[in-house]
Amino acid sequence: MMHLPFLPLILPLLAGILILLLKPFGLAAQRWISFVSVLVLLGLNLWLLNFSLEVNPQIYALGNWQAPFGIVLVLDQLSAFMLVITALLASAALWFALRQNTDRLGAHFHVLFQIQLFGINGAFLTGDLFNLFVFFEVLLLASYGLLLHGGGRLKTRAGLHYVAINLIGSTLFLFAVGALYGILGTLNMADLAVRIAQLPASEQGVVAAAGLMLFVVFAIKAALFPVYLWLPNAYSQTTAAVAALFAIMTKVGIYAILRVHGLLFGEQAGALAGIHLDWLLWLSLISMLMAALGVVAAKALRQQIAYLVLASVATLMAAIAINSPNALAAGLFYLIHSTFIAAGLFLLAQWITQGRGATADHFISAPAMPKAILIGSVFVFAALAISGMPPLSGFMGKFLILQAALLHPQAAWIFSAILVSSLLIIIALARSGSLLFYNVQPAESRASEPQPLAGANAVLLLLASGLLLVIFAQPIFDLTELIANQLYQPQLYLRTVLEFAPLANPYKELVP
Amino acid sequence: MEILFALSIAVMTAAGVFLTLRARTFPVVLGLSLLAYAVNLFLFAMGRLQVGLPSVINPVQGGYSDPLPQALVLTAIVIAFGMTAFLIVLALKAKAELGNDHVDGLHQAQDEMADPNPSPRASSKAKREIQS
Repeated sequence: MMHLPFLPLILPLLAGILILLLKPFGLAAQRWISFVSVLVLLGLNLWLLNFSLEVNPQIYALGNWQAPFGIVLVLDQLSAFMLVITALLASAALWFALRQNTDRLGAHFHVLFQIQLFGINGAFLTGDLFNLFVFFEVLLLASYGLLLHGGGRLKTRAGLHYVAINLIGSTLFLFAVGALYGILGTLNMADLAVRIAQLPASEQGVVAAAGLMLFVVFAIKAALFPVYLWLPNAYSQTTAAVAALFAIMTKVGIYAILRVHGLLFGEQAGALAGIHLDWLLWLSLISMLMAALGVVAAKALRQQIAYLVLASVATLMAAIAINSPNALAAGLFYLIHSTFIAAGLFLLAQWITQGRGATADHFISAPAMPKAILIGSVFVFAALAISGMPPLSGFMGKFLILQAALLHPQAAWIFSAILVSSLLIIIALARSGSLLFYNVQPAESRASEPQPLAGANAVLLLLASGLLLVIFAQPIFDLTELIANQLYQPQLYLRTVLEFAPLANPYKELVP
Repeated sequence: MEILFALSIAVMTAAGVFLTLRARTFPVVLGLSLLAYAVNLFLFAMGRLQVGLPSVINPVQGGYSDPLPQALVLTAIVIAFGMTAFLIVLALKAKAELGNDHVDGLHQAQDEMADPNPSPRASSKAKREIQS
């Protein structure tokens, strides 16, 4: 029990190293290790979620050092929830990559994939601000490799922008961490929260500046309004399986805002309480509209899906900015939906791209693709889900968020932004669907030979969430409500971390 | 010493921001490296500037300098080093594949044009840009 929170970290790391060593034994061995590791991770994370629902936050002190001095990992319900979503998404993305032979396009796909999971899991589990930076770098470096996997000039160009903006983000992160350490003298998140609450007024300015700088960093990760332009290109140019996995990457930014800002600038922070909330609300509303315009203006399907990711992230941010347990529960419900459906759409776009030959996924008329009826129906299903039409999961998620927004002073703005952007998205998706599937040229010259739809299980798993989230809406919403309630009791988290006493070690003696 | 230190952080940050906003990849790489240097100095200063004090507590000497920022700087240097190496390789790859070192790649590739039959005017413009 004691070592539980460490397992989701060490498993992908060891698997990644093992896969690297197994390179001489060929791809088949690497595939087996990689897939088995992801499945074990999924089982483990499900068990961790089940475990964390019954207990208070669990702490794991690396090297058995006491909390403010050593690095701690903290497993609470929110991090366990995010771990489960990551593992589910990763197993679907990896299955699709295996079936589509994405891993044959270049070297070390599986190594990068496992290290990516290591970084994401670490970011969800860590309780230390500088350690969060390190895990961000781990997941970013792996994501650079995955983004460029397969090569090609378009990937290179998108990758250059992605790497440059993330390096700027890392620099800002370090400036913010340095400023916080300079004033508060600690980097442990729980300890930071306690010290911010006791901060004299003369030093609040620097801490507020550092907090907002951190907000910019996380906004870059989550692709919020002024700093979202890297996302559409990067996500639309990379391979489908990687784009699907990246659906969780924006959520890492959201999680970081929830965790760091929720803890540091929560209710107990005195004059600094909620400094990020106004920014979060208005920027998310603006980026929701910009993303909806992007969806309308997109020239190709994958670009359109990338803008749909942006729109769903912005909706999620608005739910967080409402700042009530109800809204957060609705937001977490929406997070499940938006992650899985967006990932499923990226995988679906791969089939469409393959079926249309040279025209790929551009919105121009082309000969009908093979199995157009099947792919078209799946597309309609996914489009209904992501645009928020009843009866699928997007409708449930948006409805819950709007319901929670009713009491907010800016409810009118939230309502209009969400509803207008949803309308624009519905129009754009209807147009692109009819362009892709109805406006076809006579099939005198088949664009490509019919081929089996490889990786159908992954698409099925991801898109089934659209239905399952509606059928099991009550139990899932109960779960997210539980998580949100725990997150709005930060004293539980603080007490776990700060009152932790290291285990007695008879072999360790202090040097006199 | 404080003024000198603050000035060097400020100059490096300003130069880094300026270079990062340039349109070619090489100045961008240089700018990001300068930003990394600036942030390393900044982190170092956050443990307060002290001269001639040990970082491990020594009963003979009156005080000690904060060892934590030094550990942070070490980590940050290693990460920035790796990232810069990666970025340089990526910039070289982009130069080779896109045919120029502009951060946006300037001319469009054949496979990114929505129109499969590009107008002759656009392609001649692209050619001229390659030649110049």
